[in-house]
Amino acid sequence: MIALMAIAGGIGAIARFMLDGLIRGRMNSGHLSSGHLSSALPLGTMIINVSGSLLLGFVTGLVLFHAVPSDWQLVVGTGFFGGYTTFSTASFETARLIQERQFVAALVNGIGMLLLSVGAAGAGLALAWLV
Amino acid sequence: MSRGDDAASDPGDARQEHAEPTHVAPVRSGPVHLRPWYILLVGIGGALGTLARYGAELVIPRAWQLPWPTLTVNLIGAFLLGVLLEALVRRGRDDGRRRAARLFMGTGFMGGFTTYSSLAVETFELLRDDRLLAAVGYGLVTLVVGLLASLLGVWLAAAHHRSASRRASGDKHPGAAT
Repeated sequence: MIALMAIAGGIGAIARFMLDGLIRGRMNSGHLSSGHLSSALPLGTMIINVSGSLLLGFVTGLVLFHAVPSDWQLVVGTGFFGGYTTFSTASFETARLIQERQFVAALVNGIGMLLLSVGAAGAGLALAWLV
Repeated sequence: MSRGDDAASDPGDARQEHAEPTHVAPVRSGPVHLRPWYILLVGIGGALGTLARYGAELVIPRAWQLPWPTLTVNLIGAFLLGVLLEALVRRGRDDGRRRAARLFMGTGFMGGFTTYSSLAVETFELLRDDRLLAAVGYGLVTLVVGLLASLLGVWLAAAHHRSASRRASGDKHPGAAT
């Protein structure tokens, strides 16, 4: 199980890497006006962390409410979604925004991402309770 | 390498033939996130980081039913990623071994070691248990101390680089090497 968890973590990291690359490519292709808040925000990490929180909430809810075996929590939760989402990159990108004096973007990237993610986790749990 | 590569999304490509030894990375065209060698580096790093995080969860006790393991890995990871990325940027362009190190240790290991989804679910569970102070404290301490840890990591790597380049230039041109 632990080997499966590690492999799932590796696959989660790859999913994050590829999705972030895809989003960066879209952003660079330039349909967002520079100077706008969304052009300063590292949206890739935001989308990854919020979606991962939603889905981890859902998996946690399945284990809590539907007696799904807790091995699922280990492989899919600790493994895949743990590897997919990341705190270190989010924190580093906020630090870079502060260095660039983009304080509003830094605040949104810090507090905003956490509020969205906690809300998403709650929505995922609620969804698992409903199904 | 084709000259038509998208330089904006991948600034390291321009002179890659000279900069990147072929035994380190088979040279391919296209964006970084679609190259098999880089995907493999991220995957192996992510698996090792996930294992290390699992180890921390086993070793660190959850005193007062608070998620200390997640807090610990996230703060350590935020600090180390700051050190790593700043040290790499100061050493030169993002290519060859530097890019491999960034993807393996940064995107892979530190990305897999730290987690945002656990932070979110644990904060929500504290809220659900009516532990408002613990929930707000856990979220804010993670964010604020994590940010300070990243900034400290960046600052330490930058200071180390400056003192190393001062020594290398014999204190004559302190600002010359970047």
